[in-house]
Amino acid sequence: MKTYDAIVVGAGHNGLTTAAFLARAGLDVVCVEKNDYIGGAAVSRQLYKDWWYSNCSYVCSLLRPEIYRALELHRHGLQVTPYGGSLTFMQNGDYFGSYHDHEVAYREMARFSRRDADAYKTYSADTMRQCRFIRDFLLRTAPDPASFKPKDLRGLMDIGRRFLEMGEDRMYETIRFWTMSVAEYLDEYFETDVIKAAMSGSGIIGTALGIHSPGTAYVLLHHKMGDVDGNVGTWGFARGGMGAVSKSIAGAFQAAGGELRTEAGCDKIIVKNGKVTGVGLENGEEIRARVVVSAMDVKRTFLNCMDRSDLPEKFYRRVENFKIRGSSGKLNIALDGLPTFPAIPKGSTLLHSDMHFIDSMERMERAYDDWKAGTWSKDPYVDMLIPTLNDPTMAPPGKHFMSCFVQYCPHKLEGRDWTEEDKQAFANTVIDQIANYSPDFKDLILHMEVRTPADIEAEIGITEGNIFHGELTMDQLLFNRPVPGYAQYRSPVAGLYLCGSSTHPGGGVMAAPGANAAREILLDLKRPNTVPDNFGDD
Amino acid sequence: MTERFDAIVIGAGHNGLVCATLLAKARKRVLVLEANEQVGGAAVTRDFAEGFSVSTCAHLLYQLQPAVSKELGIEPRLAANDLATIALDTSGQHVRLAGDDVSGVGGADRTSYREFRKRMTRFADLLNGHLNAAPPRLGTSDRKDIFKLAKLGFDIRRLGREEMQEFLRLIGMNIYDELDERFESDLLKGALALDAVLGTHLGPRSPNTLMTYLYRLAGNHGRLSVPEGGMGDLTGMLAQAARTAGATVRVAKPVRRIVVNNGRVTGVETEDGESFESLTVISNADPKRTVLELVGARHVETGFAQRINRLRASGNAAKLHLALEGLPAIKGLEDADYGQRLVIAPDEHYVERAFNPAKYGEYSPEPVAEITFPSVHDPSLAPDGKHVLSATLQYTPYSLRSGWDGGARTAFLERVMKTLALYMPDLEGQIVARELLTPVDIEREFHITGGHWHHVELSLDQFMFVRPVSGAAQYAMPLDGLYLCGAGTHPGGGVSGAPGRNAARTILSREKSR
Amino acid sequence: MTDKDKVPSGRDEVPLARDKVPLARDKVPLARDKVPQGRLQTPFYPKLKRVDTLDKWHEWKGYTAADALYCEDMEYFAIRNATAVFDLTPMTKYRITGPDACDYLDRLVTRDMHKVAPGRVAYAVWCDDQGQVIDDGTIFHLRDGEYRLCSQERHLAWLEASAIGFDVTIRHETEEVAALAVQGPTSFSVLDKLGLDGLGDLKPFGLTHFDFEGAELMISRTGFTGDLGYELWIEPAKAEALWDALFEAGKLHGIRAIGTNALEMARIEAGFMAAYHEFLPADETVRTGRSRSPLELGLDWLVDFKKPNFNGRRALAEERRRGSAWRLVKLDIEGNKPAHNAYIFAKPKNNKSEIGFITSAHWSPVCKQNIALGTVRMPHGKPGDTVWVEIYYQREMHWNRMMAAAKVVDKPFWFPKRRSATPPGPY
Repeated sequence: MKTYDAIVVGAGHNGLTTAAFLARAGLDVVCVEKNDYIGGAAVSRQLYKDWWYSNCSYVCSLLRPEIYRALELHRHGLQVTPYGGSLTFMQNGDYFGSYHDHEVAYREMARFSRRDADAYKTYSADTMRQCRFIRDFLLRTAPDPASFKPKDLRGLMDIGRRFLEMGEDRMYETIRFWTMSVAEYLDEYFETDVIKAAMSGSGIIGTALGIHSPGTAYVLLHHKMGDVDGNVGTWGFARGGMGAVSKSIAGAFQAAGGELRTEAGCDKIIVKNGKVTGVGLENGEEIRARVVVSAMDVKRTFLNCMDRSDLPEKFYRRVENFKIRGSSGKLNIALDGLPTFPAIPKGSTLLHSDMHFIDSMERMERAYDDWKAGTWSKDPYVDMLIPTLNDPTMAPPGKHFMSCFVQYCPHKLEGRDWTEEDKQAFANTVIDQIANYSPDFKDLILHMEVRTPADIEAEIGITEGNIFHGELTMDQLLFNRPVPGYAQYRSPVAGLYLCGSSTHPGGGVMAAPGANAAREILLDLKRPNTVPDNFGDD
Repeated sequence: MTERFDAIVIGAGHNGLVCATLLAKARKRVLVLEANEQVGGAAVTRDFAEGFSVSTCAHLLYQLQPAVSKELGIEPRLAANDLATIALDTSGQHVRLAGDDVSGVGGADRTSYREFRKRMTRFADLLNGHLNAAPPRLGTSDRKDIFKLAKLGFDIRRLGREEMQEFLRLIGMNIYDELDERFESDLLKGALALDAVLGTHLGPRSPNTLMTYLYRLAGNHGRLSVPEGGMGDLTGMLAQAARTAGATVRVAKPVRRIVVNNGRVTGVETEDGESFESLTVISNADPKRTVLELVGARHVETGFAQRINRLRASGNAAKLHLALEGLPAIKGLEDADYGQRLVIAPDEHYVERAFNPAKYGEYSPEPVAEITFPSVHDPSLAPDGKHVLSATLQYTPYSLRSGWDGGARTAFLERVMKTLALYMPDLEGQIVARELLTPVDIEREFHITGGHWHHVELSLDQFMFVRPVSGAAQYAMPLDGLYLCGAGTHPGGGVSGAPGRNAARTILSREKSR
Repeated sequence: MTDKDKVPSGRDEVPLARDKVPLARDKVPLARDKVPQGRLQTPFYPKLKRVDTLDKWHEWKGYTAADALYCEDMEYFAIRNATAVFDLTPMTKYRITGPDACDYLDRLVTRDMHKVAPGRVAYAVWCDDQGQVIDDGTIFHLRDGEYRLCSQERHLAWLEASAIGFDVTIRHETEEVAALAVQGPTSFSVLDKLGLDGLGDLKPFGLTHFDFEGAELMISRTGFTGDLGYELWIEPAKAEALWDALFEAGKLHGIRAIGTNALEMARIEAGFMAAYHEFLPADETVRTGRSRSPLELGLDWLVDFKKPNFNGRRALAEERRRGSAWRLVKLDIEGNKPAHNAYIFAKPKNNKSEIGFITSAHWSPVCKQNIALGTVRMPHGKPGDTVWVEIYYQREMHWNRMMAAAKVVDKPFWFPKRRSATPPGPY
């Protein structure tokens, strides 16, 4: 029986990234995927006629340009188009839009508060400073503060040096930034409720925290640190939907000689004498390899696919305590035409932007209270987009695809499983919220896919369907992600690695965990590094 | 002719008195000016009904730093020591936490609790080492700062690899998850969750609540005592120590303003028009009151004034005092246990639910409570055979949307009585008199802006290097001659004396290095 | 204002979704944009458009502003030889009033505002607590206790934060005031013809009020050209009439409208600094060390340490003790190749590292000098020092490089006597 150099479990964007970099180093790599399609949560799926749904992730900003370039993803069909702006519908019939043009954006903000409009530049600069601080660490392995290895000490010194370079005052501001809530952070700059509400969404997307929870200012950063073509904070559409990202990485992987197997779900990671030897598939087949890399989340990897006895007990318990919480759901909708939004100016670019329906901080936070009580938000935070306005490939001409990211939505309802009725009621909550601002919306719905965290878990395999493979709280970031002492992509089992979003620097279609894991694996195998360095911000 | 002093301390709260005493012991001529008739600030004992008196704000002593009592040469008189915490259960199946042990829970929880205590007290000790000194400034080339920072790093490393990892993981975490990971018993989780959030604007699910829990344990591992004669007895003792050391303590002398001349502090002026001169003025008042009202923002720079102005300092804790004919019946509670600390926090979700409305400027319809009957230990607080109930209640936001002056007070009190009645069905009949102090009342009576018991919210973004605000965490304010020594400074509130002591030491060492 | 256009204040209580408020969709037809898209036009735009032949415009704080209107050189010489008219309406303006207005401004800026009497104008810089310049601008003491602050950038957030503890009102009034710079040797003669009695007595940095067709016309003897000149401030409704009157009066004095490029040349000759060139507003800098203090910008004379408190005082006092990191220099460079974007070196050869860079440069037609402003690390760049500038210039596609000697000069390159003569002569 053939022994591969490496098996990568899970053909999501991170798994494929690791696989591609390993294959480029000349390794014999197979990537196994349980579904009959690849992409994990970065997929475009044809679930209704000629409509293609980005049915999990739906926009792209975090994808590291270094990886894009190194893997020559443009050759494999990837094209990312920036889009701008966001819009918040207000209950009084007004709206707050954020425009691409600086001056128009200024005027719009000044319509609510001139002070806020003026404060925005300072807010931007302060946030950008934090972005620059963190961006440098994305394509690096987090140093272990408990280690005395020269590499870790160097890494720590490097963080220290960059911190010191900020100067005394900005060091304090950085400490505060990392520990405060997004609501408090925004309060320091803005006075207008709707402006704060519009900006606070980025502080909670994907997390089981509310805008008032300390630590959410960092989550805001997690959504701002990406870039499209060097424009930090900009988001873009992948032409053809998010599946284009995974497809192009898969293309790079296959071009480097890698083997891709779908409908090959991993049942078990096989360990012999403390060393990994391969993977047992759900169909009973066994594949051997010297290295196994799991792109699955940390809980699924260690709790579902391994024997407890193969792992140190303390490690096992820490994995159990790792927090992956289902907090968001999705509605993917095929539309017969473009819905009208009477509040939006005709022909406005705002129609192309992210649309939101919560106009106050209180409503944002109350949405979270519902989740804490074990139910979906009755007045949810919805991040709604119509990608077909920018991308003609996702629906027939004149027809549209609408993506609604919905928060909060729990993995279980007050401890019990979701029923079909629950799902329908959840969907209705969202549809009603949108229909409040678009009278013809309901009539245009041709097909709809409702995805609760439980559905995402069942289909993609992510524990609780959490988009980040684990909460982005301080106790689960950097050297703590996923587990202190094992934050460098290695596991307690020799030859077994992690490369998914449960590892540093976390979730989002970033591919950085996959690339970082590949670097560490190649280092252990004493193979030349194929993973690019940070471009670096100057 | 105005009188001249080496230092003037504004406010005879416990921190102000500690600071004044230490300065006086260093042969400084010190004047303490207290606005109220009584010394002690918020740590006082006063009548609230005829024949009944109570510790008005803080009613339990657990944080007093040993170094403070030692250096001041005071020995607090304690009516009771090592109180247990009893998490009340409506059906009488109470859970009792005493020291490192817990009873009324399953065996697994007992073991877990011991482990938990062991780790938490160890981390609290680590923290404590850094609460008793001014936090270092970052990025300076000052050897003292670098040494302190290195010591912090070294202390964390010294925990050992595994404990260090745990420390760095836990410090930003919420208590809720940690409790969920460890314990089964709802009452146990509820009681510990309450400990973590008392006095803050946080719920157990809020990140940072593990740090606030550790803060509570710092100093004495959370060991609870009841001072004899109430908290006022302790502060009376501190005032005596200050006087003995040579400080002048004057009550009913509210300060109107801190006098600034030519860019530096030169003294204070009282409401009655009297002036006192000093080139060192130390304010035990909260930072907002000190900077924005007593000094005036115009005498400091914009960035600093703005940081002070946006400090989060809205209190959420109310105090309830009941004068009782006798002790209420509590199902399943032994007579001897009436003297313990009783808490109403049936589970961690309950605590979180109590917190929710506070975010929107509403009080908790089902509040959490920390209850003591101090008269059980100290009969001097009530007429013969009668008793006093003293309870801290949460959450009662200072900025109540409806305001506290209308019907809200009565409505809230009704909710409280309803909650208490679940555990003490005959309580209503025992009541002779009652007093509710909301944060607004606390502000009014003790001049604490927002009525917050930590003066400013205790949260990681207002902690240590950045408490009260960045650039002013070492007691000296960016106005020559002005210092803070109250709970708004490092390390924070609670009757610990640490801010007062740290401030005094900072002032003395600055003088030496000059 | 129709109901539909009413701008809601963000502070209004908005009912919650739960309250099931009737939604606007029932009543409101498809909305128009709430804010104008694209560039705005100043009240003088129709006039500028009439004289414009080049169609070269740029955006200035949301407004359309001319780079040049018909010929950059002629426009420049209008400043130095006759009268140039420049539309400065897009400048940000704030009205500051109230009993504490003077104290407030005094704490805000580095200079002593108590010395600025009504009817006087003060050039000022303001800093953050770290002593880094947020912006510079002019403060007009319009009447007792009433001021106008005029600056390049917008600062309401900072101005309001600075107002904590002061009894002042700060109002943004950019759109409410149309403004023209009327600059050049014949500018007084032009204005005199308008029949503005007593204008001749107005000293530099003085201001005075006139009546113009029933509206109040404020004239200050200020400008950004370093020449004799005035700035005119009036309500927008009277803007075009003022323009017409001005051009009628100036017909025989060579009056011309000009664009930004000509003004930029004059500004460098006068040695004036500009935001985004010589400094970056401190509240917008991301990288540490990219902002500048007034001391580093050579504005020591504007920093009054005798004042007990002002923003940045503590940091600046510390900087004065410790020494500054940077120095803004005026350079007279050999040759005639403008030193745009050039590095500055201490020596002509074997340089390991640069000591600074050029921030503004051009060939001065009036001085016949190759001039520049630059920022260099201390202790370099003392007046009289020679530094070396690495100039790249392109001739017919090919690039050339030269190291040019540059002398650090103390005084502005251009400072004619007429600039301060009172009364101004009839040039």
